[in-house]
Amino acid sequence: MLTILFDGLAYGMLLFVLAVGLSITLGLMNFINLAHGAFAMAGGYIAVVMMQRFGLSLFWGLPAAFVICAIVGAVLERTLYVRLYDKSHLEQVMFTIGLVFMSMAAVDYFMGASPQIVDVPKILDGNLELGFVSINKYRLFVIVFCALLTVVLQLGLSKTRFGSRLRAAVDDARVARGLGIDVTKIFALTFAFGSGLAGLGGALGAAIFSLDPQFPLKFMIYFLVVIAVGGTSTITGPFFASILLGVADVAGKYYTPEIGGHKIEIGGFVIYTIMVLVLIFRPQGLFGRAPGK
Amino acid sequence: MSTGRRTSQAMSWFANRARWRWPEIALWIAAYALVILFPSRALLFNEVAILALFAVSLDIVLGYAGIVSLGHGAFFGLGAYAAGLLAKAGAGVAPLSDPTLGLLFAALVCGFVGYITSFLVLRGADLTRLMVTLGVALIFAELANRMAWLTGGADGLQGVAPSKILGLFDFDLYGRNAYLYSLTVLFLLFVLARKIVQSPYGLSLRAIKGNALRARAIGIPVNRRLNAAYTLGAAYAGVAGALLAQTTSFVSLDVLEFHRSADVMLIVIFGGVGTLYGAIVGAAAYKAMYDILAAATPQYWQFWLGLALVLLVLFVRGGILGLVAEVRRRIAGHGK
Amino acid sequence: MFDRLTRRQTIAAFTLAATALTPLAARAEDTVKIGVILPMTGPSASTGREIEAAIKLFQAQKGDKAGGKKVEVIIKDDTGVADITKRLAQELVVNDHVAAIAGFGLTPLALAAAPIATQAKVPEIVMAAGTAIITEASPYIVRTSFTLPQNTMPIAQWALKNGVKKVVTLVSDYGPGIDAEKTFVETIKAGGGQVLDSLRAPLKNPEFAPFLQKAKDLKPDALFLFVPSGFGAALMKQVVERGFAADNIKVIATGDVTDDEQLNNMGDSVLGMITSHNYSADHDSPENKAYVAAFEKANPNMRPNFMSVGGYDGMALFYGALDKTKGDTDGTKLVDAMKGMAWTSPRGPISIDPATRDVVQNVYIRKVERKNGQLYNVEFETVPNVKDPFKAAKAGK
Repeated sequence: MLTILFDGLAYGMLLFVLAVGLSITLGLMNFINLAHGAFAMAGGYIAVVMMQRFGLSLFWGLPAAFVICAIVGAVLERTLYVRLYDKSHLEQVMFTIGLVFMSMAAVDYFMGASPQIVDVPKILDGNLELGFVSINKYRLFVIVFCALLTVVLQLGLSKTRFGSRLRAAVDDARVARGLGIDVTKIFALTFAFGSGLAGLGGALGAAIFSLDPQFPLKFMIYFLVVIAVGGTSTITGPFFASILLGVADVAGKYYTPEIGGHKIEIGGFVIYTIMVLVLIFRPQGLFGRAPGK
Repeated sequence: MSTGRRTSQAMSWFANRARWRWPEIALWIAAYALVILFPSRALLFNEVAILALFAVSLDIVLGYAGIVSLGHGAFFGLGAYAAGLLAKAGAGVAPLSDPTLGLLFAALVCGFVGYITSFLVLRGADLTRLMVTLGVALIFAELANRMAWLTGGADGLQGVAPSKILGLFDFDLYGRNAYLYSLTVLFLLFVLARKIVQSPYGLSLRAIKGNALRARAIGIPVNRRLNAAYTLGAAYAGVAGALLAQTTSFVSLDVLEFHRSADVMLIVIFGGVGTLYGAIVGAAAYKAMYDILAAATPQYWQFWLGLALVLLVLFVRGGILGLVAEVRRRIAGHGK
Repeated sequence: MFDRLTRRQTIAAFTLAATALTPLAARAEDTVKIGVILPMTGPSASTGREIEAAIKLFQAQKGDKAGGKKVEVIIKDDTGVADITKRLAQELVVNDHVAAIAGFGLTPLALAAAPIATQAKVPEIVMAAGTAIITEASPYIVRTSFTLPQNTMPIAQWALKNGVKKVVTLVSDYGPGIDAEKTFVETIKAGGGQVLDSLRAPLKNPEFAPFLQKAKDLKPDALFLFVPSGFGAALMKQVVERGFAADNIKVIATGDVTDDEQLNNMGDSVLGMITSHNYSADHDSPENKAYVAAFEKANPNMRPNFMSVGGYDGMALFYGALDKTKGDTDGTKLVDAMKGMAWTSPRGPISIDPATRDVVQNVYIRKVERKNGQLYNVEFETVPNVKDPFKAAKAGK
């Protein structure tokens, strides 16, 4: 039971790091970036290349994934994405799906189609036996790492000057612009940072779930669920939504209720059902604020 | 200017819009002629016709009612299973296995489910709708997987044997009758859709898409109209799915997979949203591109498809039909 | 400009029309075509590439002549989607006049093409898909890969012999997985063992943790695993992470899990794992040594796996049948020629059961070991001439 909670927590934390960048950029620019998962995949593959080709440990792979993805994100934002802000949601969807296809084929070309394996560093290998419960060290590391990251993000958002500007811009970009806040610059920075986080999440997650060229499509659905449930106006919303979904997903697969002697496997339904229910009763998301207008 | 004259102007504007133009007629004649010109590719054309009908169904929902749906494949899959199961129940003997009955059955089932789900979908804005439609589609896919006793699960539904079309034409190995059958269904439903979008009802959809608040203010029952459009789109998608089940005499879980919904959305945007013909042109272009690219680079064709999408968004407004209009405008400009 | 554009388009259309029609006219009578439909993109792409490489190798080694005719291979990508498989099969039969269709990476794909094989009387050589029922879908289906029950029964018997009493099974939730589960459960029960639970994970599921945790909590003597080729590495990673060894739970599987193609990436943690399968790249025979060496030479970054050998033997079967019919491409004659054919494959001696058209072969019990710095499935027990248990049981009744 505790182990399930623990696994769900680790899974949820990972989802959060993967999705938070998407959530903020969506709230900020009302821009639907379905290619977010491509950055996560890139991060995962950067870690793989560093470990397999250069023999470095995952501890080097994590920052490298963050930095490279952030730079790529910034470059793409300035050269390509910037042309799309005034286009319709549909065109944004089509453009970013196009990017997803290109990234998948490119990764396939360079790295091959079979799943890549990331070895966790030796110190994080194995389990901690605490008598009543056994805890996987790597998952513990993921939880602690992501929790720290969340605290830093939250502090950065609430305490720094950049954070307050960002929040103002998310609340109402037009008014913020009127007040002299350079929304475009804030957006570029946030986009780069969000892409970097996705890359970091991809590198962290590569050791837990398999990494293959299908990754951006597989996880796109999970990202969208996180955002749908968590809303796009804060980072606490997606955070709780990720945890909720992570735990619910894992628990849903563990418990198979029996009805009339038939096992009913609910694993595949849990997160989608939660999403649909939430959206029906709270269209702005479980943790999102009701639109003020 | 008198009101009377203005009304008659409006009337003639409508009449003008509703008139069939020669490129349209030529397009349909060409579509039928394909089976004589390229008899060996009838199977591919059949897929195009089915995809085109599916795209038309999404265009009704997306292009006319303005509902962004990333889960339209749910109805395609449901229609395929409905028609497949009915044909299987009839064991290849009319009347139960009659393909036209299958189409009707699929349309009814999907229309009904579409009507029920339309109430869920209509809550919330673009992104919420995107997510709800996606969620509903994923739940459908999982249900079909779980209900293996009915659907055959991951192995697919075996033994789908539709009887002769109207008791006259068999589905041949060359796929020619299959294509003519699908094309005829596409044509009839297209004519119907064309009539609907040009009717006062279709115009009210346009008004809602333009500005829902204003539409409500002038007395249009917004939600009822949107419910109806979603239901209609669902029924159309169901017929497309039924055509696939009948012409391939097989249904597998991937009729409900996410990529169907994503592909059809791309096709509609690719062709040009809210034009009906865009859906058909988009489907043809998409399949043609797939066929050529997949033959040239079987492993990496997705890259070129992605690139085409990106370039189309960056440099062209309104998809392929937009591109055509742009080219024509340029040429007209040069002529002056 | 507009005029020129349309004229060019018209010319293009005519050229297209011309090329579409020429194959019919220019069809040479001394060429035999075989259409191979494989998933070259999508989640099962690795299956397609292994088989493609094996087919090319076969033709490079044995030449392109069989039964006095030139054999031409046409490879098509169905992306793993059943209705595309069916359309491609139909086009190959109708437009390219192939003498046989082959390939089929997954069960639904093989089943989708079955009506075409029956209707057109064209042999369908299944080189990969492993659900037992496939060969029953059409009298023209012949299989050179394996069936899941065939590969599963020996490991269940081995477990019983080695003191395993209580088991939990975890399989991918689709045809082959359910086949494997059923065979394993029935064999264990028949041998007096106890099945604590049978878990099924969704096919496209990156997260096995909850299933593995549940298996661990039930404290069985052994956990039996099956996932299809390509998913093994991800599963084994999580298996190792759960620490089954510490609780004295044996982890056993079919060879799909320790797939040769991925085995080297799994790391030392899978050392000592016991599996049963029809092929290992380490199989000790001169045929296999030559095969592996040639395969790795032609494809530097790949190791041949059981999928590749299914493709290689599929070609051997087709060539053999053509030799027997002396180049006659009549489908019924070809299938008749294939029935009962026996030859030595890189995997060992194999034959086609004349009654079921399914492959009969040795199944080996293997252990993961390190050899020359690489991980291999090293065979240590042989169960000879295993027929598909499902069909054998049916015939016995």
